[in-house]
Amino acid sequence: MSAPLPAAPLPAAPLPGASLPGARRRGAGPAADRPLLDIRGLCVDYGIGPDAVHAVVDASLMLHAGEVLGLAGESGSGKSTLVLAATRLLRDPGVITAGQVRFNLGDGQSLDLLDAEEPQLRVLRWSQISLVLQSAMNALNPVLTIRAQLTDVIAAHQPQLSRKSRRARAGELLEMVGISADRLGSHPHELSGGMRQRVMIAMALALQPQVVVMDEPTTALDVVTQREILQELSDLRDRLGFAILFITHDLSLLIEIADSIAVMYAGKLVERASAAALFSAPRHPYTLGLLNSFPSLHGPRRPMAGIQGSPPDLRALPSGCVFHPRCGYAMDKCATQVPPLERPGGGNGRLVACWLQHDGQPPPELAAPELAASELAASELAQSPGPTAPGPAEPRLAAPELTGGPQ
Amino acid sequence: MVTIARRLGIYLVTAIVAISVDFMIPRIIPGNPVDAVLAKMQGVPITKATIRSLELQFGVGTKASLWAQYLHFWNNLLHGNLGISTSNGFEPVTTVIRSALPWTLGLVGLATVISFVAGTAIGVLVGWRHSRWLDNLLPAATFFQAAPYFFLAFLALDLFSTKLGWFPSGGGHQDLDFPAMNWTYFADVIDHAILPALTIVVASAAGWIVGMRNMMVTTMDEDFVLIAAAKGLPRWRVVWYAARNAVLPSVSGFSLAVGFIVSGALLTEIVFSYPGLGLLLVNGVGDNDYALLQGIFLIITFAVLGANLIADFVYVFLDPRTRQEA
Amino acid sequence: MAFGIGTVTAGDLAAPEPTGPPAISRRARAIRLPRSGKIRLGLGLLAFFLLLAIAGPFFAPDNPSATFANAPVPLPPSAAHLLGTTQLQQDVLSQLLVSGRSTLLVAILAGAIATALSVLIGVTAGYIGGLADDLLSMLANIFLVMPALPLLIILTGLLGRSLSGNDFVISLIIAVTGWAWGARVLRAQTLSLRNRDYVDSARLIGERSWRIIVSEILPNLIPIVASSFLFTVLYAVGTYTALAFLGLFNPSSWSWGSMLFNAQLANAETSGYWWWFVPPGLAVALLGTSLALLNFGIDEFINPRLRAAGLTRSRRGARRQPAARQQRLMRGRRPFALTPVVRGEGSQP
Repeated sequence: MSAPLPAAPLPAAPLPGASLPGARRRGAGPAADRPLLDIRGLCVDYGIGPDAVHAVVDASLMLHAGEVLGLAGESGSGKSTLVLAATRLLRDPGVITAGQVRFNLGDGQSLDLLDAEEPQLRVLRWSQISLVLQSAMNALNPVLTIRAQLTDVIAAHQPQLSRKSRRARAGELLEMVGISADRLGSHPHELSGGMRQRVMIAMALALQPQVVVMDEPTTALDVVTQREILQELSDLRDRLGFAILFITHDLSLLIEIADSIAVMYAGKLVERASAAALFSAPRHPYTLGLLNSFPSLHGPRRPMAGIQGSPPDLRALPSGCVFHPRCGYAMDKCATQVPPLERPGGGNGRLVACWLQHDGQPPPELAAPELAASELAASELAQSPGPTAPGPAEPRLAAPELTGGPQ
Repeated sequence: MVTIARRLGIYLVTAIVAISVDFMIPRIIPGNPVDAVLAKMQGVPITKATIRSLELQFGVGTKASLWAQYLHFWNNLLHGNLGISTSNGFEPVTTVIRSALPWTLGLVGLATVISFVAGTAIGVLVGWRHSRWLDNLLPAATFFQAAPYFFLAFLALDLFSTKLGWFPSGGGHQDLDFPAMNWTYFADVIDHAILPALTIVVASAAGWIVGMRNMMVTTMDEDFVLIAAAKGLPRWRVVWYAARNAVLPSVSGFSLAVGFIVSGALLTEIVFSYPGLGLLLVNGVGDNDYALLQGIFLIITFAVLGANLIADFVYVFLDPRTRQEA
Repeated sequence: MAFGIGTVTAGDLAAPEPTGPPAISRRARAIRLPRSGKIRLGLGLLAFFLLLAIAGPFFAPDNPSATFANAPVPLPPSAAHLLGTTQLQQDVLSQLLVSGRSTLLVAILAGAIATALSVLIGVTAGYIGGLADDLLSMLANIFLVMPALPLLIILTGLLGRSLSGNDFVISLIIAVTGWAWGARVLRAQTLSLRNRDYVDSARLIGERSWRIIVSEILPNLIPIVASSFLFTVLYAVGTYTALAFLGLFNPSSWSWGSMLFNAQLANAETSGYWWWFVPPGLAVALLGTSLALLNFGIDEFINPRLRAAGLTRSRRGARRQPAARQQRLMRGRRPFALTPVVRGEGSQP
């Protein structure tokens, strides 16, 4: 776990089996069983009254045991707001105005977090759902030792444990993330950035929760450390079997780690699919744009298309489909009516909110055939995800199984 | 610990500068201090030696150079000789100060500590709760902080002593005889100390309240407080984590505030005729008792320096980031 | 209401901004007229006192030193003397009106001198660094620690009656004891600004140091300088009044502090002559409060989190008001880390 990894951030060879999308979980199978966290119709505003800003509108997500769900979107799209609100951790002036967040307690019981009382939430917090934030320097209390910050939560949730066993457990947690236990007496400012992030992960796993919410956990790190930590996360997840809700603006990270991905734009969910399906066959124009917004280090060079325009001001959202002003495929209907998040015609297990998919004739780049996870690994798409949007590009040296793309 | 050493060094230099300023006081004031002293000593046998030592002490008419006078001053100081107080029966300055010092230390020291603790605690509550009526407390606190200490002392006297008659109107204790180590004496002392102490606390607590409240509001936005709540820790613990960080600027601000509080406390003592350094100071000014004034200035400066040093120690203890030299 | 600051961030990959006034990033925005009630109150009070200082003596019904009757005790307020009389049968109201001038004059002058000193020393120390910085910082520390009032008492008291009537000299010595705090804050801020990128780029272009200081750094220090000025004026008001109260000044110069001095001589507080000592004390307290309120306003301008927490929460009368129930919610306690669920508010856009 703490062995140095090769320096290349993206593999040239097919991805090692352990990090293949969809092929990771031990124990019970995926979507068949009841979801662990079931968010339905969540609406979150900032402020109350006519001036309130609608930060999240009618969002629905499902997270199953042991699954890695990636939540992707631009800055300000509402991803953090959604997740923090779902756990009732959103600060003033955030207000939840509608929805349900059911957490599966096992034995057929579930709890709607939005209706829960504070004592119930307090029991649930960290023991079932824990949190890892972007900046460990800010998330760790600067005046306390690492030991104190690891043991306080154990003391609060498992008061029967003796002080000695708490300390022993803290030592175990550090070892688990590859830090020597004699750093327990250190303070956060005495550790390096990567170590601090690992401490946060260890802290998050202290009570072996079922869900770990990670809000941009590696954004502030350099790419090498980023890779190491992602790898360690993967390994930990294999060992302990927790589910991850991974929030990021960087889709390329999710290639490696996610089982399914949800894409948000301006407070709404626009697409939801398994990771393999999303990468090989995006359905929403925004997703297509995102996939074409970062270059790959391997494969043929092609121009980055990006997405024209900029994200809307949440106080003055466009009518109809929020994405339509920036969409290259917009139809008249898009400006007036909000597309619902539904299965696209012919799709299975995925959802998209786009009139083009429901009513119209999507162009080939938005109707590519989905690849399964194993096929995805073998294809060059693993190295340069996303079919290209229309535009000048060099002819690709494509493998015969790749269809789609104008070339 | 390098930080502490550096601070000690600064305090040492400050002490030296303060002593030097003290040395300069009688020399920069217009008028002849020796004559002023001699004028008071009418009818008391004066020897040439006395005159010479006075001249040396005040630097008037003596042939010794400024540097020699300076060394002489230091020499006296290190021997605990602060001169003779002309306005207090020609007792040595050290004796005079020693009788007044415990009163001031007790009153001001205790009042300052109470004010800091209470003010900080209230500030935590106000900052944490965001509730409106607690916020409305703040302008009142501002008013009390802006009002001069002695005005509040006046009000306190007028209200609680003259009109309501709850507390005595001044002085430190009733009997001017030897203080006896018995309960009656202590009760009497406390009785006389309550109004001045109350004045000092009310006037200075506002600063701590507002400062702490502002820091709490800022600190509560920090991620580690959110994480503490997300950990399901009990509410008091989350508040404690936030407060533990938010108090740091107040502790470092304590050093600055001590100077102000001491000044204000001296004024309060004067209004209440409390037998502390304040009264001594103002009477000494009226009587042009240079030696006494020099002595008081030194003592007060050292007390403030001492308080600063303590505050620095406490700060380093509270904030581990300062323990490591970056 | 403000968009949530702590949660949905504006997507900076960079490390969080080092401490410094966010006003830096909003330099382009013009200075808005303050909307909060409390800042307005502070400004209003201050304006009132300035007016008092300038025009007060013209409104005084009588000469402050003129005596009127021969009664042995001060007389309570009456039609002839709106605020009663002093022990010497002088009109309190006239004294009050005349005294404002010297207090404000000395305080503002002292504030100006001290602020100028603190800007000069603080910014220089912060910008130049090195040995100069060490020496200047030591100087500031020494002045900070030395207790001001005892020193001032001694200096003023021994200055002699003639010199102590000179307002300028008094302002000067008050300023000399009051510049250190502002210098320290300005130095810290300059240090942080000096390392900002735009200053670095100005230096690379070859801008001369003083030009950089004046055009890049100083504008960003304005809120702090303003706050420091107000704070120093507040300090000067208190100190000047205290010194006057101790009777250290020429008795011919009227100030609120000297009124209080006379009042104490006549034992006004133990004899219940409230009309004599309450008005001047109240005047000083209100003047101080106005300065402190203004300082709050500047604090909140610098730190938007405080604005959101609402010490100077504004009343936006012109904008739409939320419904009564929502207002109750807004007013109510928001427990920390327990996002409220307010259903049925219709959040569909």
